[in-house]
Amino acid sequence: MAEDMATIYVMGKAYEVPKDLTIMKAMEYAGYRFLRGCGCRGAFCGACGTVYRNVDDYRLRVGLACQEVVQDGMYLAEIPFFPGNKAFYDIEDLEPNSETILKLYPEIFRCLACNTCTKACPQDIEVMEYIQAALRGDIAKAADLSFDCLLCGLCAARCPAEIVQYNVALLCRRLYSRYIAPKAAHLENRVEEVREGKYDKELADLKKMNERQLAKLYDSRDIEPGD
Amino acid sequence: MYYTPGMLKSMKRVEATREFRLTQELPLLDPVQKVDLLENHHPDYIEDVFRELKVGPSKGTLTPKEFASVFEAYSAIDPEEFDLSTVDYDVDVLVVGGGGAGASAALVAHEHGADVLLVTKLRFGDANTIMAQGGIQGADKENDSPAIHYLDVMGGGRYFNDPDLVEALVVDAPGALAWLEKLGVMFDKEPDGTMVSIHGGGTSRQRMHAARDYTGGEIMKTLRDEVQNRKIPYVEFSPAYELLTDGKKVTGAVLHNLETEEYLVVRAKTVILATGGAGRLHVDGFPTTNHYGATADGLVLGYRVGAPLVFMDTIQYHPTGAAYPEQLLGQLVTEKVRGLGGQLVNTDGNRFIYELETRDVEAAAIIRECSERKKGVTTPSGYSAVWLDTPIIEVLRGEGIIRKRLPAMYRQYQRFEIDMAAVPILVYPTQHYQNGGLEIDADTETKIENLYAAGELSGGIHGRNRLMGNSLLDVVVFGRRAGKAAAERAATIKKSGKLSLAHLTEFHEELEGVGVAHDRIAPMLLPDYRRSKATEKKLVVLP
Repeated sequence: MAEDMATIYVMGKAYEVPKDLTIMKAMEYAGYRFLRGCGCRGAFCGACGTVYRNVDDYRLRVGLACQEVVQDGMYLAEIPFFPGNKAFYDIEDLEPNSETILKLYPEIFRCLACNTCTKACPQDIEVMEYIQAALRGDIAKAADLSFDCLLCGLCAARCPAEIVQYNVALLCRRLYSRYIAPKAAHLENRVEEVREGKYDKELADLKKMNERQLAKLYDSRDIEPGD
Repeated sequence: MYYTPGMLKSMKRVEATREFRLTQELPLLDPVQKVDLLENHHPDYIEDVFRELKVGPSKGTLTPKEFASVFEAYSAIDPEEFDLSTVDYDVDVLVVGGGGAGASAALVAHEHGADVLLVTKLRFGDANTIMAQGGIQGADKENDSPAIHYLDVMGGGRYFNDPDLVEALVVDAPGALAWLEKLGVMFDKEPDGTMVSIHGGGTSRQRMHAARDYTGGEIMKTLRDEVQNRKIPYVEFSPAYELLTDGKKVTGAVLHNLETEEYLVVRAKTVILATGGAGRLHVDGFPTTNHYGATADGLVLGYRVGAPLVFMDTIQYHPTGAAYPEQLLGQLVTEKVRGLGGQLVNTDGNRFIYELETRDVEAAAIIRECSERKKGVTTPSGYSAVWLDTPIIEVLRGEGIIRKRLPAMYRQYQRFEIDMAAVPILVYPTQHYQNGGLEIDADTETKIENLYAAGELSGGIHGRNRLMGNSLLDVVVFGRRAGKAAAERAATIKKSGKLSLAHLTEFHEELEGVGVAHDRIAPMLLPDYRRSKATEKKLVVLP
């Protein structure tokens, strides 16, 4: 085998692929055309959560197929979908406290604090920490810690207590943003001004301008200094 | 460290000039310099990239060849043979596309009492929206106003924008932000609730709102959750493959379940196309920031039923696509990096353009630096790129700011052992956004009755160049407008329409008339990145 090539095992089948490719590109190189298991290709969507094991290692590792570079002898399988539980709720009817979270996701009581979820996170999020924060009713902390979650589902797939961490996290972020973070007063004012028609005349005048008139205004407009 | 010795040598020069650059002021280009730079270096001005459309409602207009190839293509459906007698779904409003525009439209149509079905090609949320990092505009600060926003949008689009659409965008913006805030989108805020906002290229006020650098992701996750909570039905991996009409008005669509390969017929009083962008067509061979399914499907469908296109001869190249390491090639390096003070620097360590010009100007300047001026840094696979000095952000705004405000970017580079808080990164323009699309009015209706279009596949809002943060705004504002208009129209339609593919028969005849080969099929649905060696010996054994 050439030095710049690696053998990977996709769901047990061996393929020889260039060493510097990501798992996703290596699978395409091998001849796979994705339907599931491929979304944004840039670590934002969580479609390509992957479980893998390196040669001579019993440990299961995780990564995103679009980001993780292949290694020689890697055994891998994508987990493109996880049938996790999701609670349905009306965000307007909730109160931002631990009772709400425990009512919608009572299974978080079962958390063993084993930290398997954290080890299973391809985003290196402190998953167990935010579940513990949610249990305590510290919604702001749960929202902050879970912010980078892509909902790939790997945490839930590995959780012995069968908690669906990513959905708890999403609930916490929505509760925090809807009820705990102070509202933007300037935004509320502006919405009211728009409703009252405060800008209608100015906009109507701008809309009537030709290119030359607009360009004159545009080229001489004052620009707020950056901070 | 992942950099080559050549890169490291050039990086030393970047470090050597950093202190000088901290206080160096570069002026904005004047209008004449801007036009000169664009005409000589922006890909929109390379004649060879484009050709004239030979068929359809926008016959005679220019579009990149890759787009022309999907517009001038046959359907996989044979309109003479196809059976439409069994209706699988009968709804008021059909939303095609599960990104930010589709989700917004579905929510608002549902609020207006419509029976809604959302269908999408991949998973609900697999869209460019979820990848949008930098921010969302909206004039909500004291020193700002919708009128000031209007002027920024028009100037940025070089005055080609449709004034009615721009007015809708800027006037609805505060309401759209307030709607998202109320749904529970976690915007960056000061302790008193004031939105944190910064500049983007071409903004005259700091009106870029963000949710760290997962802004679109945070919005998409919230909207999707809300659609699920309201039990609005949606079907994944089942793109609309063709629209249906009663001969004149749109009355439904044919879906294709990509997993079972079954066709399904939807009868709908109104249809909203929200299928997004087209980066995976790879115009002129450019890499792209777009998601896997960005293949112009909705444009193809709309064009076939007779909806005209506007501004299909202008593509937005994001100035800062990742150029190295290879694994990240073409992926977005958010404009927020420059908004926070990141500087573009050539191989000698010198800046060559003010960093917050509009995207078309920035992209052209980088291309000029790498081609005509030969001041780029060469990567191992032969690409040329410029530095984006990121450590200077930490000098300007304090240590740790990159991890705090740009966690996604930081993590992405960290995976390749590049600490962007300590070393600069390499960038080059990448295909990012389709400025044009289906022609719409301020209620998002196309020229075909009962067919609406919202988000990236529509055209006219951004003229010939979109500003950062106006795309997330666009999908929410026009998604909501589409949902309202389509639901209200549906309420006035008492009798369900006749379902026919007659438009396809006509379109196919037109294609034959100009000699288009029969093996050219669209919509494309998914790109094919298999190595040709892996596909050339393909043998299809299952009938």
